Amino acid sequence: MSVLNTPNNYKMDNSGRRVVIDPVTRIEGHMRCEINVDENNVIQNAVSTGTMWRGLEVILRGRDPRDAWAFVERICGVCTGCHALASVRAVEDALDIKIPHNASLIREIMAKTLQVHDHVVHFYHLHALDWVNPVNALKADPKATSELQKLVSPHHPLSSPGYFKDIQTRVQKFVDSGQLGIFKNGYWDNPAYKLSPEADLMAVTHYLEALDFQKEVVKIHTIFGGKNPHPNYMVGGVPCAINMDGDMSAGAPINMERLNFVKARIEEARTFNTNVYVPDVIAIAAFYRNWLFGGGLSATDVMDYGAYPKVPYDKSTDQLPGGAIINGDWSKIHAVDPRDPDQVQEFVTHSWYTYPDETKGLHPWDGITEPNYELGSKTKGTRTNIVEIDESAKYSWIKSPRWRGHAVEVGPLARYILAYVHGVKYVQNQVDTSLARFNAVCRLLDPGHQDITDLKAFLGSTIGRTLARALESEYCGDMMLDDFNQLISNIKNGDTSTANTEKWEPSSWPDHAKGVGTVAAPRGALAHWIVIEKGKIKNYQCIVPTTWNGSPRDVKGNIGAFEASLMGTPMERPDEPVEVLRTLHSFDPCLACSTHVMSEEGEEMAVVKVR
Amino acid sequence: MSSQVETFYEVMRRQGITRRSFLKYCSLTAAALGFGPAYANKIAHAMETKPRTPVIWLHGLECTCCSESFIRSAHPLAKDVVLSMISLDYDDTIMASAGHQAEAILEEIKEKYKGNYILAVEGNPPLNQDGMSCIIGGRPFSEQLKWMAEDAKAIISWGSCASWGCVQAAKPNPTQATPVHKFLGGGYDKPIIKVPGCPPIAEVMTGVITYMLTFDRIPELDRQGRPKMFYSQRIHDKCYRRPHFDAGQFVEEWDDEGARKGYCLYKVGCKGPTTYNACSTVRWNEGTSFPIQAGHGCIGCSEDGFWDKGSFYSRDTDMNAFGIEATADDIGKTAVGIVGAAAVAHAAMSAVKAAQKKGDK
Repeated sequence: MSVLNTPNNYKMDNSGRRVVIDPVTRIEGHMRCEINVDENNVIQNAVSTGTMWRGLEVILRGRDPRDAWAFVERICGVCTGCHALASVRAVEDALDIKIPHNASLIREIMAKTLQVHDHVVHFYHLHALDWVNPVNALKADPKATSELQKLVSPHHPLSSPGYFKDIQTRVQKFVDSGQLGIFKNGYWDNPAYKLSPEADLMAVTHYLEALDFQKEVVKIHTIFGGKNPHPNYMVGGVPCAINMDGDMSAGAPINMERLNFVKARIEEARTFNTNVYVPDVIAIAAFYRNWLFGGGLSATDVMDYGAYPKVPYDKSTDQLPGGAIINGDWSKIHAVDPRDPDQVQEFVTHSWYTYPDETKGLHPWDGITEPNYELGSKTKGTRTNIVEIDESAKYSWIKSPRWRGHAVEVGPLARYILAYVHGVKYVQNQVDTSLARFNAVCRLLDPGHQDITDLKAFLGSTIGRTLARALESEYCGDMMLDDFNQLISNIKNGDTSTANTEKWEPSSWPDHAKGVGTVAAPRGALAHWIVIEKGKIKNYQCIVPTTWNGSPRDVKGNIGAFEASLMGTPMERPDEPVEVLRTLHSFDPCLACSTHVMSEEGEEMAVVKVR
Repeated sequence: MSSQVETFYEVMRRQGITRRSFLKYCSLTAAALGFGPAYANKIAHAMETKPRTPVIWLHGLECTCCSESFIRSAHPLAKDVVLSMISLDYDDTIMASAGHQAEAILEEIKEKYKGNYILAVEGNPPLNQDGMSCIIGGRPFSEQLKWMAEDAKAIISWGSCASWGCVQAAKPNPTQATPVHKFLGGGYDKPIIKVPGCPPIAEVMTGVITYMLTFDRIPELDRQGRPKMFYSQRIHDKCYRRPHFDAGQFVEEWDDEGARKGYCLYKVGCKGPTTYNACSTVRWNEGTSFPIQAGHGCIGCSEDGFWDKGSFYSRDTDMNAFGIEATADDIGKTAVGIVGAAAVAHAAMSAVKAAQKKGDK
């Protein structure tokens, strides 16, 4: 086989030169990517392999459902808290527990804090080096950098020439030391880097500013959850009781000082988004205006469950409403129901697991997880030393989830396309304004620039994915201020309740219950499915964002979002995979999340049937 | 010392930091490590004469919470550690290069700095499936770990995964995830420093590294291999809610009167009395708070096998009795049955005290 036409309209040709990237770095977890390029160094085939698995669902069986949040929180320490939140929601859904409004607001503030933190750290510390060349920053004129800073973000106070000169000096000395640390063996003379030295210096400076900022914003988690990473959650509400003016308020989890502390961090987050993060992404995008690659499935097939209801438990008030867009038809949004056995299904045809019938997908409540690590006959290398993998056989620890049989992209861009099409005013305004600002910066860089007006082409790209994440961070900053004000208003009206303990004791539970919890995780749609029997966990399944995006091919040959996004991308130098890293990183891959399902080899796995 | 390799002090001076600020930094570091002012001079001397030590940071089966915690460090700031104190030559979570270019670094450092680099390990190697449930560069992570361990100066086992196994090693440990010291075995002759916690506190992580670089020796360890400076006391010993325990004032139910007053969380499952960590002293995220202050009991995340010790909400019966002097080693010598009995006696004593108090009124 050398050419394969997929049902989702990609032509995969693996006859050209094969390039292997393992490890793919600057991601969470472990991942491998192989590509084939043609004689013009354009990518004609892409193979994404999840290279780790851990097995938390198996470990959860038989345990107390109230403890589950702590186990699954450890699926990922980068998107820390979102699995815990999905878990307590799944348990509460199963047991029909409604939490107090204050608890709901505090959880929402924590979830949006995570969005801001995760998106900022992703852009500056995992993704930026795909766009930014720190060595080139040494050539910058600090005065010109100062002018650029004031142009793209007039209100950011850290903009003097001396400030940029100091940073440049620090980078220069670091480079001169000969010990390059994390920048060692980077691709610094690759023409794929497009920023001016001044823009590089501005971005390097903000890399350091973002490092300082991120440790501040997470303190919101520390107030409500006691620590970060991995703050504490609780079934039935939140553990942080409120005591504004009673006895011993000073030692209480939440008092006036604690709330003031949170408010200050929220304001800092909003300022950082507006003054640094969003302007940086728009400026960098303008330098890469001729590089609108990497869209893949984003403009055609996207999905999310919907999130951030104004009114708790009322999905119709979601501030980022969900649904699915299929085959590029933006005129119709399909309703998505994680409970419907015909909608969300996982396939294992190309995954290192086995099903009795691998031609069929399984809904998570019927999920089977039995590992089957085997390599195809065309693999180069051995079982424990893979040189080139055989994608016609099983080739990843990630399963292939599909929505009604369609491969879909999930993530901030998917949510933003859905919200835009749904007509969410805040989002439409952000997107339209960003496009206008992008075009304005492009015109400054090139007076002959033709404005980009095709939203599908602009958003449906690596740049669009990176921009949507920044805009979502900004939106979350504003939404959590609303949540905070609502919390204050509730307390003012005498409501200080934070926990519903009516069904805390397992004796109050039904013998059999099942539930689903969904979260808008930083990387996309997240859902946990739980089955509880006689007070214990009988089955627990998660489908996480990177499972959707990083999935291998399904039984019909549909490729997933990672693979689709790389197709057709030209590379400057195939041995220096800057372009591949840039597009893969735009998804913010999280491999510990996507591949934690497994069981011991030979261990009998229970097959749970629930209807 | 090679003249081509910079010292901390040179780096700091060249970055525009004055000698006065440098000395202030040294005394703050000494204070953070719990030493008196005399140590500040030692730190200053060490930093003036030492090159940046290469650090290789490997990742096995883990969730990256340790790396995330590390970048939260406030004193020293993570950026100062990475730019000025160590040379973080390999860390696949944040390094620029990938694939072959990344792997080449390991080879270079192993040879060039033989016996002189620190190997920091986050996560652990799984042994099932021929080790191929954690693949790096097409090969098992276990091979990479063993190979880089050979020529390391010392190993730091970051977090509970590397130290004990943590969540993926919870029963039935389906991948046979194995902590670093057990994987390398008794024949491994370099020091292994365990810094447990899920994750460890940021300033504990940077504190351990700073100590090693500053004094050019590993910190004093307890029998389990943990630095005594951060892991020799139980959270209960220094908990600000301890007086409520002693007075028999407990949270009985979530969001009750006791929860709002900051009473002791022992009855709703707090594992502070059996957990050795610095949460109640150093606290989290620049001293902002810690789990108990935020109203949830300690889940004991720095202890070996904490996932398999019953529900996080069931009352701890393994608790040792009084005395903040007890160390992990002392506890290790105590028979479990006696400990259990003592715990009940301890709690009963508190209840009696509470009853007496009520009687007095």
